[in-house]
Amino acid sequence: MAVLEIEGDTALVSPVRPRRRRVNGLFVAALVWIALIGLAAILADVLPIMSPTDMDMLGKREPPSAEHLLGTDQLGRDMLSRLIYGARISLTVGLLAPVVGLVIGGALGMIAGYLGGRFEALTVGAVDVLLAFPPLVFALAVTAYLGQSVFNLTMVIGVLSIPAFTRVARATTLSLTQREFVIAARTLGATHTRILLRELLPNVALPLLAFFLLAVAVTIVVEGALSFLGLGVPPPAPSWGSMIGEGRESLDIAPWLAFLPAGFMFVTVLAFNIVGDTLRALTDPRPGAL
Amino acid sequence: MARFVGRRLLHLLPVLLAVTLLTFLIASLLPGDLAYTMLGDQATPDKVAALRAEMGLDLPIWQRYLHWLWDVLQGDFGRSFRTGQTVLSAVLDRLPVSLELMVMAEALGLLIGIPLAILCAVRSGSAVDRFLTGLAFGKLSLPSFMVAILLIYLFAVQLGWLPATGWVPFAEDPIGNLRSFILPALTLAFAEWPVLMRVLRSDMIATLQEDYIAMAKAKGLRSARILLVHALKPSSLTLVTVTGINIGRLIGGALIVETIFALPGIGRLLVGAIYARDFIILQGVVLFVATGFVLVNFVVDMLYAVLDPRIRHGRA
Amino acid sequence: MTSPLLSLESVSVELPTPRGLLRAVDKVDLGLMPGRTLGIVGESGCGKTMLSRAILQLLPKRARLSGCVTFDGRDLATLSAEALRRLRGPELAVVFQDPMTSLNPVLTIGTQLVETLQAHLGMGAATAIRRSVELLAAVGIPAPEQRLRQYPHQLSGGMRQRVAIAIALSCEPKLLVADEPTTALDVTVQAKILDLLAREQKRRHMSMILITHDLGVVAGRTDEVAVMYAGRVVERAPTSRLFGHMRMPYTEALLAAIPKLEAPPHTPLPAIAGRPPDPTRPLPGCSFAPRCRYADEQCRQAKPPLVDPDRGGGLYACWHPLALPAAAMGT
Repeated sequence: MAVLEIEGDTALVSPVRPRRRRVNGLFVAALVWIALIGLAAILADVLPIMSPTDMDMLGKREPPSAEHLLGTDQLGRDMLSRLIYGARISLTVGLLAPVVGLVIGGALGMIAGYLGGRFEALTVGAVDVLLAFPPLVFALAVTAYLGQSVFNLTMVIGVLSIPAFTRVARATTLSLTQREFVIAARTLGATHTRILLRELLPNVALPLLAFFLLAVAVTIVVEGALSFLGLGVPPPAPSWGSMIGEGRESLDIAPWLAFLPAGFMFVTVLAFNIVGDTLRALTDPRPGAL
Repeated sequence: MARFVGRRLLHLLPVLLAVTLLTFLIASLLPGDLAYTMLGDQATPDKVAALRAEMGLDLPIWQRYLHWLWDVLQGDFGRSFRTGQTVLSAVLDRLPVSLELMVMAEALGLLIGIPLAILCAVRSGSAVDRFLTGLAFGKLSLPSFMVAILLIYLFAVQLGWLPATGWVPFAEDPIGNLRSFILPALTLAFAEWPVLMRVLRSDMIATLQEDYIAMAKAKGLRSARILLVHALKPSSLTLVTVTGINIGRLIGGALIVETIFALPGIGRLLVGAIYARDFIILQGVVLFVATGFVLVNFVVDMLYAVLDPRIRHGRA
Repeated sequence: MTSPLLSLESVSVELPTPRGLLRAVDKVDLGLMPGRTLGIVGESGCGKTMLSRAILQLLPKRARLSGCVTFDGRDLATLSAEALRRLRGPELAVVFQDPMTSLNPVLTIGTQLVETLQAHLGMGAATAIRRSVELLAAVGIPAPEQRLRQYPHQLSGGMRQRVAIAIALSCEPKLLVADEPTTALDVTVQAKILDLLAREQKRRHMSMILITHDLGVVAGRTDEVAVMYAGRVVERAPTSRLFGHMRMPYTEALLAAIPKLEAPPHTPLPAIAGRPPDPTRPLPGCSFAPRCRYADEQCRQAKPPLVDPDRGGGLYACWHPLALPAAAMGT
């Protein structure tokens, strides 16, 4: 077979090559984008853009023009401002929900890994139960019963992210509790709280941060999926997900109504993934890991 | 082995119980009065009271839970207030559609992922490998509903090759049925192949370093045979495991895809119940899906132990 | 005068490593006539494995091969991948060191035998199975029909190596390269495997290269022996001459390191002090000089060439070869 000859290292000796780090340019670009979109979201009210809810029934689905830099949607609303306000919603949920997971899950995981015994078994068991429930179904069900709002959405996704954070915190803590500096602190008579806060937390922080960024990416996607179905952020608040959902009807005549928010979401999620993954590679060097 | 299964079953039961409890608790989150909401504009104080009595809404919550659980164990998941159909029959009606979707999605995912993994493993470190690996990473940032939109735009709107929505029963029109599944299955498969490819790729890279591959080459066997027979088989363990684990994840993904492509599956039933505020159906379907999720993961766990004896004898 | 079946001319293998370019094999010349056995002896890291890979054209991707490997009149480096593939099996075969890792653990013995026969000899399934049974019986495996259905881990080490040998011999190769075929086996089994190889070699009039770190293995089983050190051949002679009149101090030291049956108990083993040089930092002089008791300034400054001053005896690379016929018979 001519095309697929095995050229790989089929013999015994394969000299170690220094691993090339991920292209730094990508990392920087990701950070720049996050900064830009974050800034735009924060300053949305002061930016010289139109209101995201003003409808212009005469100018529906307009292509980009001087008045509307990115055109208008199916109700005549300015796309650019909706995209920026959408960033606000998506980033708010995207950043706050994982914070819930980080704080609660991180604390639980650290304490469980540190104390061990009954508490750890209990925590792991409870986390397993939460994981046993299909997450999307959970989110849908809770928002269906509780009602759709940004707050509810943030809380639900936050709670859903607790198990993952617990796992990461616990795993990292377990690898640290036997290290000398912890044992040393203990023999010096430090209290548990002190050890947790002064010794363990600084070391657990970086892996948790890396995971946090990845969780942000996932949260934006989950919120987007729910809003896409109309079951996430309630209208008329613009969310990238709901914009994509609304744009779906106009795919044949105005595809950019769906693709613009999709593009924004994709780039933002990608950016968080890149940054989170780079940080994770720094804190957890495993050769050959993607 | 039997002891292992027994131990795991013992672990399974409390989890199932917890799932029912959680489902019930979620359902009880509804602010306001369930009977009132269900009656809608037909609500009068008398009717509301009557309905509350009928549904046992005045009982303390733990009693309601136990009543409900008892019903569930007898197969009574509730009945839709709107359509009158039982949850169980509604679910069973739609189960084949969801199953067909998940099977096709997994199959397509494997069909795409396996050859790509082999290609990357053979050309490990090359431009092709890095490109595909990067693509797989990028794909993680592209959720299924976006893929769905892209595919619909490309194949339905622009090219007109495949239908964007609509579904025909297999018995009626096999070709049409399969055609209606292609885009949805492809959407889900796009979410699967990066994971499958990555897992198989790293296993194969390790396998290709083994002596028996050098031996196979030294025997003068064809590359195709070496790859597909000598290398693929030992590398498949993790792939099989991941495929099994993915089935659980597919359940969530199928939800969105069924809704987008209007496939009459369980996912669409769930979402439809939410749109229609049909809370009885919702509770029943949620329980069904959650239980199925737990059971599938349990079976996968078992299979994993069968394949890898180390798991049976304690944590590997 | 027939031409050699295998001839290596100035063959070198270089590997790029983070620490520098590693010269695993350094300008090796070798020749092997049809039907003859060559033993290549050296300690770990001397390059003998890389040399065997060079002969088989199975070097790792990053390795650079220079020099010429000619097999049956053809320069192997010039052959296409497909031509090389067709060579392997019917003309060139190999037995690796560890049969546990060189046999595929998830395929049956039968599959691994039959596929070779089918790939090269185009046999049908039934014929191939029959032939496989014959081959297994020929290498001394009892109940060969059952063995076909078994997996490698169900056989003992010695039997697995017999299977590997059966696979290697299945297409009647002209040259068999046995890379440390007995190192991974129990001592009691070693002799049997080596005898099997020698027997088959004579029967088929096959050429064989026996690679080992143990001088004892090649005694009496080879026609010629080449001793390697730090990537070079430092001595090469017909076997009896090598053992009888060795010229290289390294060979003498190797021989002395073999435990002798008639020595009194608790005789300390004269191991060779020191370690081979770092192959990424080759020494200017003789590579063995740091460990050689006869070494002097000349040895440290200049590399001795491989020469045959006695014309038709053996080749050696040493400034101060051991005097003829001084070396005592140590075996």
